[in-house]
This record gives sequence, C-alpha cells and structure tokens, in this order.
Amino acid sequence: MNWTHYLMPLLRGAEVTAAIAVASTALGAAFAFAAGIARVAGGPVLSVVAQVYIEIFRGTSLLVQLFWLYYALPLVGISFGPVVTGIAGLALNIGAYGAEVVRGALKSVPDAQHEAARALNFSRGYTLLHVALPQAVVEMMPAFGNLAVQNLKDTALVSLISISDLTFRAQQLRNLTLDSMRIYFLTLLGYFAMALVVSAFMRWLEKKLRRGAAFPRGAHG
Amino acid sequence: MMYGFAWDTSSPLAFAVSILPILGIGLIVTLEAAAAGFAIALVLGLLLALLRRSRFKAISWPTAIVIEFIRDTPLLVQLFFLYYGLPIFGIVLPAFLTGALALGMQYSAYTSEVYRGGIDAVPRGQWEAAIALNLGRARLYRDIIVPQAIPRIVPAMGNYLVSMLKETPVLSVVTVVDMLNLANLIGDRTFEYLVPLSLVGLIFLILTMICSAGIHWLERVLPKNGIALR
Repeated sequence: MNWTHYLMPLLRGAEVTAAIAVASTALGAAFAFAAGIARVAGGPVLSVVAQVYIEIFRGTSLLVQLFWLYYALPLVGISFGPVVTGIAGLALNIGAYGAEVVRGALKSVPDAQHEAARALNFSRGYTLLHVALPQAVVEMMPAFGNLAVQNLKDTALVSLISISDLTFRAQQLRNLTLDSMRIYFLTLLGYFAMALVVSAFMRWLEKKLRRGAAFPRGAHG
Repeated sequence: MMYGFAWDTSSPLAFAVSILPILGIGLIVTLEAAAAGFAIALVLGLLLALLRRSRFKAISWPTAIVIEFIRDTPLLVQLFFLYYGLPIFGIVLPAFLTGALALGMQYSAYTSEVYRGGIDAVPRGQWEAAIALNLGRARLYRDIIVPQAIPRIVPAMGNYLVSMLKETPVLSVVTVVDMLNLANLIGDRTFEYLVPLSLVGLIFLILTMICSAGIHWLERVLPKNGIALR
C-alpha cells in the first residue's frame, strides 16, 4: 500500500481532532476564567469550590479523569456520549491549569489600578470587567498559548474512549496494514502541523489583545 | 481475586479497602516508570541542551527542530511509534522499558529547556569575570556556572517530575500493568468501575500533594547563590 493511501483516513481523523481541540479549548477557557475569577474575587464559598476543582483536576491524571467520566460515572446514572465526555474531560482538565494562570494574572494587576477605580466610584464588577481583566488577559496569553498546545496533544487520549480522532485512525490503519513507522510518523507530523497553527493563532491573538490594552477604546475608556 | 488478594464487594468501603493492596502493586510500577522515565529525560535533555547550545548552526538548528517536534506531539502517539516501530529495527524491549523511553523522550524536550534556561539565567558578568580571571572551560562550568544554575534548575525539574507521574497511566495502553490498568481489570471483573477508578484518582492526588510540598521545601532550602560542587 502506498503511503498516500493513508492520507485520506488520517485527514478525516485530523478533522475530528481539530474539532475536539477547538471545542475543549474554548470550554476550558470558560472554566479557567470562571474558576480563576472565583478564586480572586469570589466569596468564601465560591473561592473554596473553585480551589477544590483546581486541586482535583490538576492533582490527578487526565487519562484517569477521562476513564472516570466515561466508565465510572454512568454507573451512578450519569452518562453522555463519548464525544461530550471527551470534550468535557479535556476542558475540565485544561480549565484547572488555566484557572491558575487567570488567578496569577489578576493578582499581578497593580493595586493602584484598583485604588483608582475605587476613587472613580466604579463598582467591583465594573472594575473587574473593564479595569483588571483587560490588563490581565494580555499577561495570560503566553501561558494560554502553551496550554492550548498541551490540550491539542491531550486530545490524543480521547481515542481511548472510542472517538475516531487522528490517533484512533492511525491505530486502525496500523492494525490493517502493520505499516507502523510510516503511519505513526505521518500522524506525528499531523499533530506537529496543527500545533504550529495553534501557536501561530495564539501569538496573533496576543498581538491583537496587546494593541487593544495599550490603546483602550469605547467601553474600556 | 488478583495477586492473591480477594475483593469484598459487600460495601463500597470494604471494596476500596480490599483492592488497596492490588492497586499498591500497580503504584510501585507507576513510580518505577516515572523514575525510569525521569532518569532518561534528565540525561537525554542535557544532551539536547548541549547540542542546542552548539556554536555550529548545522547542529543547533536541527536540534531545535527536534526539540520542538517532540514537544508538540502527543505522548500517546510517540509511545505507539516506539512500541510498534522499534521491533522493526530488531529492538524488542519489554513494554515497561518502551514506556519509560517514551516518557523520557517526551520530557527530554522539556528538561532541555530547563537546562538552557538555568544556564542562560546566570548573569553575563559571571561569564566575563571567569574569562577575565583566565579560568578554563572546565573550571568555568564546574565552579561558576553549574553551581549557580542548580537552584534554578532543580525546582523546575521537580515540577516536570510531577507532570510525568501524572502521565504514566498512558503506559497502560501498551500493556504496562500500572495502577490504572489494574483498576480497569478489577472493573472488568466486578462490573464496578467507580470505586477502583476513584481510588486511583485519590492516590494520584495524594502523590502530587506530597511532591508539591517536597518541591516547595526544596525551593526554600536551596541556597539562592548556588551550591559549591566541591
């Protein structure tokens, strides 16, 4: 079998990988902001809930989390399909790492900014949304870029809960042809290419945000 | 029944207690895999860092690409690549060693950056002073650079050790009988996955908490000015 015959099945798998990576990264960002903000600005209850979430998902293994959601949770009557489980598992995991980034960046906003906001009689919510976050988001971006690539790599694990992503397709092709080296090398190249795209996108986003933060317009003014 | 330990499914707690010794056997494999993988990552990472710092572009550039490639691709696929690929070249290793090799390779990309960052963080003046004093390259590294790089390198390495520990369950995919593999086997036989998998999660949580405390302690006790090697 010519190696070009591997391309179509692998590309179909790559499509699934890309979709899962985008969905779980977006959902993970939402978890990261929710938990990170809860840690810094939430009341005692919210803050503790966020901390427990962060500790559990950063302190245990992603594969264990995925298996737990996929095999153990249905036994207590909570069951989703593999795709929802995979996306949710990845998002919960990367969100916990992201929450620490959000927390660190929010804490690094100078006190003077908060004092100035209070002097201007801004509410706490308004200060957070329009003063602290726009500055902090820029600081989060390099770390977020690393996490996005990390999450893309982590999507390979969803092949183990029966989602036909790039890794799953590679596994199928190998079982069919036993041509391990070429199939897995093509697969690795596929992930590498996607990682380069993710890195480039995150750097572009950082540049855009940095410009926005330096020259605030409209509501940020 | 596994490894001579019978399980007791009468209640979740009794079940958890009865399978703890079985998971304990898996825990040893998990720790061994992390230790072996980390040892490989430390050596291979140093090699990559040195090649990356080479004065010859023909060496440093390809090394940079290799590091980036290893770092940007999933451990699971690298593991399959080695597990199914090495035997083609006549290298037949036990699954455990292949797994340790995959872990070590993936993390060598990270540790090489730690070495590089640690060495680059030594102030320029230190290098210049060593040249002014006419110290040889060996003495420059042994007495000036490495002692000051160590306090920066060690905590970062510790963090990667913890990350690696959390990735060892991936090895269960290629038949390494680690904690996760045993939990799944117990689940397959008892149709009860909740307790074994939760227990594995809990053990990981305890492990990472102990490791994090250890790293914080190291950060505190390591002298900021460096450690004399003699």
